[in-house]
Amino acid sequence: MNVIICIKRVPDTETHIRVDQTGTDIDTGGVKYIISPYDEFAIEAGLRVKENMEGGEVGLLTVGNSEAQETLRSGLAMGADKATLLRADSYMDGLGIAKALAVELKDSDARLILFGVKAAGSDQQQVGPMVATLLGIPCVTEVSSFEFGEGVVTCQREIEGGIEVVEADLPAVLTITKGEYEPRYASLKGIMAAKRKPLEEREADFSHPGIHIERFSEPTTRGSGCILEDSPDAVAELVRLLREEANAL
Amino acid sequence: MADVLAFVEQREGQIGGGAREVVSVAAQLASEIGGLASALVLGGPGLTSAAEGLSTAGATSVAVAEHEALSEYNPEAYLPVVVNHLRSGNFKALIFSASSLGKDLAPRVAAALDVPLGSDVTGMEVQDGVPLFTRPVYSGKAFTRFSIDADPVIVTIRPNVFPVGDYDSKIQVSKFIPDVDSETWCVRVIERKGAAGGVVDVSEAAVVVSGGRGLKDPENWRVLEELRDVIGPGTALGASRAVVDSGWRPHAEQVGQTGKTVAPKLYIAVGISGAVQHLAGMRTSQTIVAVNRDPDAPIFSMADYGIVGDLFEVLPRMTEAIKALKSED
Repeated sequence: MNVIICIKRVPDTETHIRVDQTGTDIDTGGVKYIISPYDEFAIEAGLRVKENMEGGEVGLLTVGNSEAQETLRSGLAMGADKATLLRADSYMDGLGIAKALAVELKDSDARLILFGVKAAGSDQQQVGPMVATLLGIPCVTEVSSFEFGEGVVTCQREIEGGIEVVEADLPAVLTITKGEYEPRYASLKGIMAAKRKPLEEREADFSHPGIHIERFSEPTTRGSGCILEDSPDAVAELVRLLREEANAL
Repeated sequence: MADVLAFVEQREGQIGGGAREVVSVAAQLASEIGGLASALVLGGPGLTSAAEGLSTAGATSVAVAEHEALSEYNPEAYLPVVVNHLRSGNFKALIFSASSLGKDLAPRVAAALDVPLGSDVTGMEVQDGVPLFTRPVYSGKAFTRFSIDADPVIVTIRPNVFPVGDYDSKIQVSKFIPDVDSETWCVRVIERKGAAGGVVDVSEAAVVVSGGRGLKDPENWRVLEELRDVIGPGTALGASRAVVDSGWRPHAEQVGQTGKTVAPKLYIAVGISGAVQHLAGMRTSQTIVAVNRDPDAPIFSMADYGIVGDLFEVLPRMTEAIKALKSED
């Protein structure tokens, strides 16, 4: 079974985000980039599909600038077989990215298309279901684990207040959340092998964004709070403050 | 007349607080663009009476799609009903909650209509008839302010952020029975396993009591459960990534960059040092309290109140004090 995982290059989660000179984007100086964490769960899920079912290829796909090649190589190092970069140098919104991916995926023979549930950057949580809608195939989001049946995939979904078990006909799009698929580390052998695996680059089908970002800003810092050393009265004082000053109890 | 449509969710025939927030945002936007706010709710037979309460949230009309097959959410069932209803009116904007249902359905509606989607919006301002939205990015380490050049404008709003309005309008309720053919569905819900009765999800809770490595052992969680129980219903447990990764707590409780982002009225962080990724998930809470024995723990830089001390001594005293307070109420 061929699987494709759509991934995104994002700033490392430790990054201290700063707004750039124009005030409309982040300052990328000195920022280390990684595969978005949820996408790593998706890659792991894809690799396990290949391992559990003989045959099939695991492909990676991303929309980004040419630096995303490095991100794809990290995924190849984990064990994916091939990768494609849809090159886009200017900003596209979620719909634009979904359309670019859909053009590429339209004629794919992949039975399973995986995404991380959201990209740890834009945090929009929309591209996966948008791609499925554009392709006219079923989509299940927030999947923590899945298994196959006859022509179907059965998924455990995390929702507020519990778990849902959902079955979808194949081919299907799944967005993967934290759960079963703790990602493997790339071995040194994997990293060396990744350099020789096929990585293609093509121009992404570009769509003008409908979303216009006017301003990027850092959050207002919360004022320094009232921190007490523990003492016989500290708890009583804290509870009083929460009730009377913060109106939180 | 440019109207705004609010997508309202129901669960087991009941319409909750999150839905009222969505209607209030729709009402606010509608008044600024010279239109009316209308609501749409899909569900099983008998839903109509629950819908009438939406007048106080600002809707002047509500369309109720009643069909057995719509009782529980299925994207294949809901998508065509929403798209058809949207096309039947003059709606310039469509508002969803960024709930698990909204996050699943809204992107599909946007793609079907070939318009972009503004996700997880935390602020809205209207200038010269154009809505400007604010949303967090990089897990809340930055915010963007943006407009959407599309017709309709579609957004999902973060729960617990927008106030619920208090209107006094008459509401027109109209019921319709859409054509729904479950034979065509490619997605089927096999089972729903709810959380134990009365347990509220951390992303919907008004108060969160959250624990980290400082608790030292999964058995010590009863210290947090006792605090949660005295604060009252609507209080949920949260957890740091470290304790979820160690298998002490379920992922559903995880707050942070690879967990949930929460904005409760009160967030109590116990034995949590405050890694950047955790802070990102709870920094928009209204009031933050931290209990930790390390005075340099980063959590204290974000807390409104805190106690530097041994949580095993502080928590039981907090539980007693709050229990006493509540018994006087």
